[in-house]
Amino acid sequence: MDVLTENFSLYGKGFLGTVQLTVYASLLALALGFLMASFRVAPVGALRVLGTVWVTVLRNTPLTLLFFAVLLGLPRFGLVLPFQVFAVIALGCYTSAFICEVLRSGINTVPTGQGEAARSLGMSFGRTLAAVVLPQAFRSVIPPVGSTLIALAKNSAIAGAFSVTELLGTYKTLNELGYSIIWSFIWIAVGYLIITLTISALFTVMEKRWGVAR
Amino acid sequence: MLRTKNTRAGRAAALVTGLLLAALAAGCGKDGSPPVKGPKADELPVYQVDTAFDLPDSRTWTRAKQRGYLRVGAKEDQPYLGEKDPASGAYTGFDIEIARMMAASLGFEPKTLRFRTIASANRETALQNGQIDYYVGTYTINDMRKKLVGFAGPYYMAGQGLLVRTDENDIHGPQDLAGRTVCSAAGSTPYQRIAADYPRATLVAYDTYSICVDNLLTYQVDAVTTDDAILLGFAAKAPDEMKVVGKPFSQEPYGIGVPRADNALRGALNDALEANEKNGNWKKAYEATLGLSGAPAPNPPPIDRYPAT
Amino acid sequence: MTKTRTRAPSAPEATALYDIPGPVARRRHRLYGIAATVLIAALLGWIVFLLFDTDQFTAQKWTPFEYKGIQELLLRGLGNTLKAFAYAAVLSLALGAVLAVGRLSEHRVLRWLSTVLVEFFRAMPVLVMIFFIFVALKVQPLPALVAGLTLYNGSVLAEVFRTGINSVDRGQREAAYALGMRKTQVTTFVLAPQAIRAMLPTIISQLVVALKDTSLGYLITYEEFLHAGKLIASNLDYDLPFIPVVMVISPIYIGLCMLLSWFATWVAKRERRNLKTRAAGVGPAEPGTLLPGGQ
Repeated sequence: MDVLTENFSLYGKGFLGTVQLTVYASLLALALGFLMASFRVAPVGALRVLGTVWVTVLRNTPLTLLFFAVLLGLPRFGLVLPFQVFAVIALGCYTSAFICEVLRSGINTVPTGQGEAARSLGMSFGRTLAAVVLPQAFRSVIPPVGSTLIALAKNSAIAGAFSVTELLGTYKTLNELGYSIIWSFIWIAVGYLIITLTISALFTVMEKRWGVAR
Repeated sequence: MLRTKNTRAGRAAALVTGLLLAALAAGCGKDGSPPVKGPKADELPVYQVDTAFDLPDSRTWTRAKQRGYLRVGAKEDQPYLGEKDPASGAYTGFDIEIARMMAASLGFEPKTLRFRTIASANRETALQNGQIDYYVGTYTINDMRKKLVGFAGPYYMAGQGLLVRTDENDIHGPQDLAGRTVCSAAGSTPYQRIAADYPRATLVAYDTYSICVDNLLTYQVDAVTTDDAILLGFAAKAPDEMKVVGKPFSQEPYGIGVPRADNALRGALNDALEANEKNGNWKKAYEATLGLSGAPAPNPPPIDRYPAT
Repeated sequence: MTKTRTRAPSAPEATALYDIPGPVARRRHRLYGIAATVLIAALLGWIVFLLFDTDQFTAQKWTPFEYKGIQELLLRGLGNTLKAFAYAAVLSLALGAVLAVGRLSEHRVLRWLSTVLVEFFRAMPVLVMIFFIFVALKVQPLPALVAGLTLYNGSVLAEVFRTGINSVDRGQREAAYALGMRKTQVTTFVLAPQAIRAMLPTIISQLVVALKDTSLGYLITYEEFLHAGKLIASNLDYDLPFIPVVMVISPIYIGLCMLLSWFATWVAKRERRNLKTRAAGVGPAEPGTLLPGGQ
């Protein structure tokens, strides 16, 4: 118990670091995932190939390898950025591949007839997308996007090993200061549970509000 | 449609992987090790093996004798201190010489000495559960560690220093670190010292110093801080790119870690250190390794024979 | 490029987004295609230029790979990665089976206990568990890595097994009970064989996750593939050949994972045609459950 109260600011910093990583990387993953999903359903061959390669390669890359390559590799090209930015890039790119697949299968759940009906009513491509396809796709992707973002929050723990301030990394300092390791870890675990349960709750609410009635 | 594509991608992946593995496994490589940088000793000192040595009181020693070889823990990525050649697996450096010197005094032939890399975080555990007989690898003696393991020595007195790029002119000591980025090993004593005494420096931490040095050279950090002995070794590998600046701002006595209960082994190692410091072996070992970085041989620190607890 | 070639090999699946394009739209798409190709080629060219510009292809950085000792170091690392994967895979399957049996049990305490375990281990980052076992319990790197991977993947697999068993047609279970079989018999002889066939693609996909996660061993000083790479990459003697190391290591790593993913897809396709899976329904080979469900 003392571990938490005596090192509250240390834990707070770590917790905040994990939250920041999760939020920024989520935004990047959603944006990139959306872009790649639109590439993968585009009528242009070259873009489809790009989207497919992006997804296939990143989904099969160990995240540790990606962190290793991004955090220690990119600076070699003269790119000097804070470590946190590199971590967001690595996490965001990795997760974008999973988001892309979720979004793509979401779009594919919309029956072809819906689009055909919209077009026969004279709707333009933009209107079909905005008024018919995306609203329906959005409803079906809420739960899987939620799961993917929870996975992202958990994966952010790897960043700690690459000198980014986050929750798991706090154990090193506590260990050196001589605190009970078991308790240090219990509070770290509680921190992660708070984050993952919050995301989970957020998406449950969203699902209740906008989800498909099943 | 998509499935066929996945299958094709899969086959392509299989092919590429297969080819790469085949190329690796074919073993079409050259023998020996890739060329190394930095100064090299022409000849390493040879230590007289004390074949008559006997230490029945030490469990570690008797078990090693029965086993037929000694197991010694060391570091693998500290040039001129404890370094492992990735290709040949051979260990070199000042710590390694100390370990060899000790093995000879304990009556073990050079070929009955086996090194093992043990990371800083696992040193105490490795000694406690008998994975290694003793540990020589920039192991600072302090009271907290004495509760977990025993220490022979010290055999060298290091101090915390700073390593910077040669084009850096603004950092001369820890007082110049405000607003700059400093790298050290996660949770290490040098890291704690900077965090406590120079809070205006931005700290970055990795498991090993070699990644810190890498970060220094790619401009991700402005300085690397740890014991000057380690830093001197790195600087000697790339003197055009890195230099050690300022005076050491702490005292780090390096000891030989032994199992805590084995006071007989600790005493024997202390005797061996003293003898080797007297007969000049210590100086020879220093000059063949760490001395190549340009720093002259210091006087070895006095041995601390603290009472058994 | 003829019309047939642009359309045939990789036309998108039918979506609600647009109709089959007419001649004008096709011409426009071809223009977009050319523009996109040029852009992508330019991007790739720029990357190659950067690699040359920062001297990543100098002889000094690549010669280490010519030596047998270095190759053996990498192979040893790869062997250790595969070893950790093999242990983790077998143990996860075993733990998954045990936990699934627990969750399907009729004893409330057992059911409750397995549910708590499964939910907890799925909600924790694998790395937290690995570090806990490694640091707090002072376990050697390999067993710590394998234990962490087993706890996580075993819990996920338990859910996979459970869903698989529950997804077998009710009629199968009822028929078996009607024949006078006991619960254990029903599960082992009727439900499990069908469920496992149906879940095989998902199980293999989960093993891909385990294979990828063996790289976490790098963070606890287990001497796996990435660790061997780091040893070469951070060596000042070899002029820090970081990019060359990544270029050698990642195709092998990614290739292995792709191979296993592809195997999952292949199994899914085969099983879907198999009459024996009719009563369970084969799911697609998903990218492996990343995560605890918010279901």
